[in-house]
Amino acid sequence: MSKKYVMGNGAIALGALSAGVNLVSGYPGTPSSEIIETVSKYPHNGTYIEWSVNEKAAMEVASAAAYCGARAMVTMKQVGLNVASDPLMSLAYVGVKGGMVVVSADDPGPISSQTEQDTRRFAEFCRIPVFDPSSPEEAFDMVQEAFEYSEKYKTPVILRPTTRVDHAYASIEAPDSFSAKEYEGFVKDSKKWVIFPRLSFANHAMIEKRNVEIGEDFSSSRFNSFTGSSKKAVIATGVSYAYAREFLKDYPDIRLIKVGTPHPLPESFMLKALEGVDEVLCFEELSPYIEENVLKLAGKHHLNIKVRGKLTDDVPSSGENDSDSAKRIISGFLGFDIAENSVSLDDAPQPPARPPVLCAGCPHRASFYAVKRAMKGRKAYFCGDIGCYTLGNAMPLDMVDTCLCMGAGITMAQGFNHMDSDAVAISFTGDSTFFASGMTGVVNAVYNAVDMIVCVLDNSTTAMTGHQPHPGTGRNMMSAPVEKISIEKILLAAGVKKVITVDPLDLDASIAAVRECAEIKGVKAIIFKSPCVAIVKPDKKMKVDSEKCIGCMRCIKELGCPALSVSDGKAVIDENLCTGCGLCAKLCPVGAIGGC
Amino acid sequence: MKKDILICGVGGQGTVLASKIIAASAMDEGYTAHSAETIGMAQRGGPVTSHVRIGGSAYSPLIPIGGADLLIAFEPSEAVRNLKYIKKDGFVVVNRVPVKPTSLGGGADYDGKAEIEFLKSVCDCLVVDSDEMCAPFGSSKFFNVAVLGAASGTGRLGIKAETIQNSIIKIVPDRFKEKNLAAFDAGKKIGEKNAD
Repeated sequence: MSKKYVMGNGAIALGALSAGVNLVSGYPGTPSSEIIETVSKYPHNGTYIEWSVNEKAAMEVASAAAYCGARAMVTMKQVGLNVASDPLMSLAYVGVKGGMVVVSADDPGPISSQTEQDTRRFAEFCRIPVFDPSSPEEAFDMVQEAFEYSEKYKTPVILRPTTRVDHAYASIEAPDSFSAKEYEGFVKDSKKWVIFPRLSFANHAMIEKRNVEIGEDFSSSRFNSFTGSSKKAVIATGVSYAYAREFLKDYPDIRLIKVGTPHPLPESFMLKALEGVDEVLCFEELSPYIEENVLKLAGKHHLNIKVRGKLTDDVPSSGENDSDSAKRIISGFLGFDIAENSVSLDDAPQPPARPPVLCAGCPHRASFYAVKRAMKGRKAYFCGDIGCYTLGNAMPLDMVDTCLCMGAGITMAQGFNHMDSDAVAISFTGDSTFFASGMTGVVNAVYNAVDMIVCVLDNSTTAMTGHQPHPGTGRNMMSAPVEKISIEKILLAAGVKKVITVDPLDLDASIAAVRECAEIKGVKAIIFKSPCVAIVKPDKKMKVDSEKCIGCMRCIKELGCPALSVSDGKAVIDENLCTGCGLCAKLCPVGAIGGC
Repeated sequence: MKKDILICGVGGQGTVLASKIIAASAMDEGYTAHSAETIGMAQRGGPVTSHVRIGGSAYSPLIPIGGADLLIAFEPSEAVRNLKYIKKDGFVVVNRVPVKPTSLGGGADYDGKAEIEFLKSVCDCLVVDSDEMCAPFGSSKFFNVAVLGAASGTGRLGIKAETIQNSIIKIVPDRFKEKNLAAFDAGKKIGEKNAD
């Protein structure tokens, strides 16, 4: 045993390893990605780990392990749970034998996500238990207990951390090496493991009855507690509890109720915690989940309690909570007058905006620029996707017209083609996204005789989430090397008419490839292949010859590279940022930019 | 001891490494430590912060507004952006070298000077110049550790310099150790002149 200073995601990994987890699968997605990476980092014996091709695959791989009586954990971000919801929904009916924990990380804010969905709702929708940690330490404990509950009630259990728990660091006391649990193996029983309407009917009734029991069980859980005895109470969940406690630590009389197991609702606990309370503030993120449940409880038990929270506009309906909002909202609710202790910022200069941008030298910039040049003067729709390259929407590139969800670029371009066949329909998809959910879209396009260009931005990694391997990289989480799966061969096998692989940093060849594809009917594909600049070392830098530079700013206006800026009316290149991609040199009209 | 330290800068400036070094050092001295960082999309050239909370009863991963004892800023405008976190009697260590916003983000005239003047007028602060501090070793790459050294030199981290040096040795990859330690010392000397 030793103390390890780890992220909340690391704590979840250590908790699972401590529980003897046999199999861990998942798909990267902020804020969940570090869980699998941490599992692989510690010495373990007998634990199988994989990055799956997408969340649905990960859920199904893990389900089979749990059918075998093994302990399985599957990790994803909240929108990944949408992808995996098909197997999860059915799995909730079928149940498991070995413990199965589904980690779905929510992202209030949202900080790096498309939605502010609430996984607690998903748990309620699937009728399965959910644990909601308020700190990395608690996440470590909860994941272990989640395995126990899963085995006790033979159901998958969700652990729902949020970004601030996933990415907060704390020290965790844990063993230094781990061994996976012994398991019985799969016992065939088609009445149990094959889902049919009759089985679903029977199990649905069983699940509803069982959930009442779990709610009772949860009522004595150490993760639900309250302190203080005031008539005005605060209920908080997840990291919002940490913010509330931080503020209320100086007011021990105020009743603070923590709910760590939101579904099935620990009803007896709630009734006890709310005894003598006449007004309650529900301080939570994402949806008013607890608030609505307290309202239900008040109706069911005729409690005379005023319930406040998101539904009464006391807590904002969107965005994340923090220490400051806890202080403001809770002190307002309690009628406290709190003195400010911060420096006056009345005369502060406005800090410059720093929107996220594609890195200096990012090959995606070159790909977007080539397509933009080739399509100049033509009507075209540019359907983007999820990854670093969503940032291609920013000025001056302005090359992402739509972005919906993983894999949607390829299929949405098809819809645009059906509605407006005069325009060129173009999709941009990263290599990892292509494998995750782009491939079926290509088949759909060929099958339905669409005219479109599929651009695969292949930087040989899953860059946005921290450079995880994927099927095209020749590496996986257990062994290296493995066979690389060729994107080109997949496209050709699917019947794509023309597939061109080009280095996006070769501007002329890239523009020519786009122009050629635009003249051919049917589905065409261009694989823009160049490695992510964050994982290769640059071998040269570019420099502006200020004697030659005429200050036209074409490089700056057309590329928006963060290494380029203006000084004394001339372009300058920040050598700390430049990777020597040379794109700027190719469009300088006077040849003022060269390598050094 | 109880200390709340906010470290801020722009993505790529090394706030995460600095926070790891401080937290590891605090733990070596027997204090509990918690920290929280900005990770993900915002990392790419956006403002980043690390909240480091040492000792005491820190429940929240984020420092409350008006709660930080010390603000370590790798960039002047980022110091201003995060100044709300500092206590009225808190202390700021700020690097005067600006990071210009991306070419089209506006703010082409931004040079960090007005920000430094503002900081000096409203709070107790030590202004350092990372280019000057790092000039002797020919690379400004390790400036984050130099700024950390300056903070340590003022005595306001509440952690011994030797403990931090040991953490640098443990955390930083072998090939960068020597330069990081030199950068830390360069910063520390400047900090010591401004010790409270």
